Amino acid sequence: MEKRTNALLYLDGVNVSFDGFKALRSLTLILAAGDMRAIIGPNGAGKTTMMDVITGKTKPDSGDVLFADGSVDLTRHDEAEIAELGIGRKFQKPTVFESHTLVDNILLALAGRRDPFSALFGTRARISPQRIREVLDKVRLADKAERLAGELSHGQKQWLEIAMLLAQNPKLLLVDEPVAGMTDAETETTAELLREINRDHTVVVVEHDMHFVRALDCRVTCLHEGSVLAEGTIDAVAANERVVEVYLGR
Amino acid sequence: MILARLLEMADYRGRIFLALLAALAVLVPIANLLVPPDSFLHIGTGTVVLLGKYLTYAILALALDLVWGYCGILSLGHGAFFALGGYAMGMYLMRQIGPRGVYGHPILPDFMVFLNFTELPVTWWGFDNFLYAMLMVVLAPGLLAFVFGWLAFRSRVTGVYLSIITQALTFALLLAFFRNDMGFGGNNGLTDFKDILGFNVQAQSTRVVLFLATLLTLAAAYIFARFMVTSSFGKVLIAIRDAESRVRFLGYRVEHYKLAVFVVSAVLAGIAGALYVPQVGIINPSEFSPTNSIEAVVWVAIGGRGTLVGAALGAFVVNVLKSFFTTGSLAAYWLFVLGGLFVLVTIALPKGILGALEKLAAKRGTRS
Repeated sequence: MEKRTNALLYLDGVNVSFDGFKALRSLTLILAAGDMRAIIGPNGAGKTTMMDVITGKTKPDSGDVLFADGSVDLTRHDEAEIAELGIGRKFQKPTVFESHTLVDNILLALAGRRDPFSALFGTRARISPQRIREVLDKVRLADKAERLAGELSHGQKQWLEIAMLLAQNPKLLLVDEPVAGMTDAETETTAELLREINRDHTVVVVEHDMHFVRALDCRVTCLHEGSVLAEGTIDAVAANERVVEVYLGR
Repeated sequence: MILARLLEMADYRGRIFLALLAALAVLVPIANLLVPPDSFLHIGTGTVVLLGKYLTYAILALALDLVWGYCGILSLGHGAFFALGGYAMGMYLMRQIGPRGVYGHPILPDFMVFLNFTELPVTWWGFDNFLYAMLMVVLAPGLLAFVFGWLAFRSRVTGVYLSIITQALTFALLLAFFRNDMGFGGNNGLTDFKDILGFNVQAQSTRVVLFLATLLTLAAAYIFARFMVTSSFGKVLIAIRDAESRVRFLGYRVEHYKLAVFVVSAVLAGIAGALYVPQVGIINPSEFSPTNSIEAVVWVAIGGRGTLVGAALGAFVVNVLKSFFTTGSLAAYWLFVLGGLFVLVTIALPKGILGALEKLAAKRGTRS
């Protein structure tokens, strides 16, 4: 019954409403493997709701949400299953395990068995430190490996969370506002980091910061009131009259 | 060999704790049984029983710390699991009385004769067998925790809502156990115990053995809890406490972890209750009272949450104070003292007594 599609992620005609408020109206979004896509849009445009639908937190009222060439119907799985299928999600607010060391944060994220029994009797503990080091290296936090995550700066926590996603080795990474509250230098590093990650993974980034979106150098989708308003290069989208009207507010 | 491996799991505070327990295990029986009663080193049997009671509270606190301190599940109903374990033990002790009750019925306990029961209710079957009773000590609280936890965690009830329903759970059981037709002795509960495994529960030597059994259980419970929290399982628990949604989106089934630790904790609480009853000599519905459960939370908070040792310490310290304040003219002020302590610790010692002690030790260390 699944539709034929070659897309890694395929959303079509997705509707979500909360108490009569339509958060998504027949939203369509198609991503091929290896893509990087930036999602922009004013507050309430449905960006976070879209992420919730993809990751199984919210069930859509109607529409198709398919993954991996249309072979998986995401609406039939919950968060844990979807994570196992290979979709990682970074939250808007950095969410890391503050009372664990960076090493333990990564250890918990690394692919492997996740049931309580194997956690108690140790298969998890046998993961190689080498792999942890690699992931921390990638997000430039290797020198802080033994520190507690709670001691990191806001920006570093964002990177740690991205590192945890990488450790999951997902096919698709959903990244919600990664540079909110970052300094300019950190923003630049983050853009670089995400481009690097995009070499091996498909990435969706939700972001308000236009400089950052420009730095990502990828296709842009602008959402408005729960559906796609414009899609294309950053220049084309930024020049779109409707986009300028609703979003840039000029 | 295995013991040495297990001991390695304890951190330095755990080793001090286990050393203290070992010292108590040696000194208390000697001071009670061997030192002559007129010596000032003698410990009266009443004190041994009191210490044993505190140790059962320490096990309860340890159980509560596992779910609250490590997984962030604030249960305000852990007294229910404690009481269920207590009732299971109490039922065994009642059946041990046999025909020696006031009414002299060969099988039925006195209260059943008094309430015109003609035969033993199904719930009481098998309780004349010690092993069956011990199985129930584990199963009754474990099953209740499993069913309750399965429903609550699957529906993602968290935070204060979960606390409120745990409170409702223990209150519901309080009301149920008050009813005479439940067949658990109603208001009066179960008491007038005679023997445990054929030994007189009142005898001095039985008292000392019960004290030692409690001490051993506390040590074993500590080592087991420590094993849990230092494994990857424990790391996931702490992660759930800190950022539940992150754990879920990493692909863990948060509800399975919560359920596992909740059931283990409930079983520990039940075992504590089973050790409490023969020492105190009575179990009645007041053990289900919500205030008991809240008091246990206060012990953990005062001792130091998320440290295991702190929870046991808190249970001990608060109950020593309670015994002191609830005798004589100070009795009326105990709840004010307890409330005051709770407020004081929350404001001044956020990591509890243990946290404060360690801070003090660290300061000393850097100075010298």
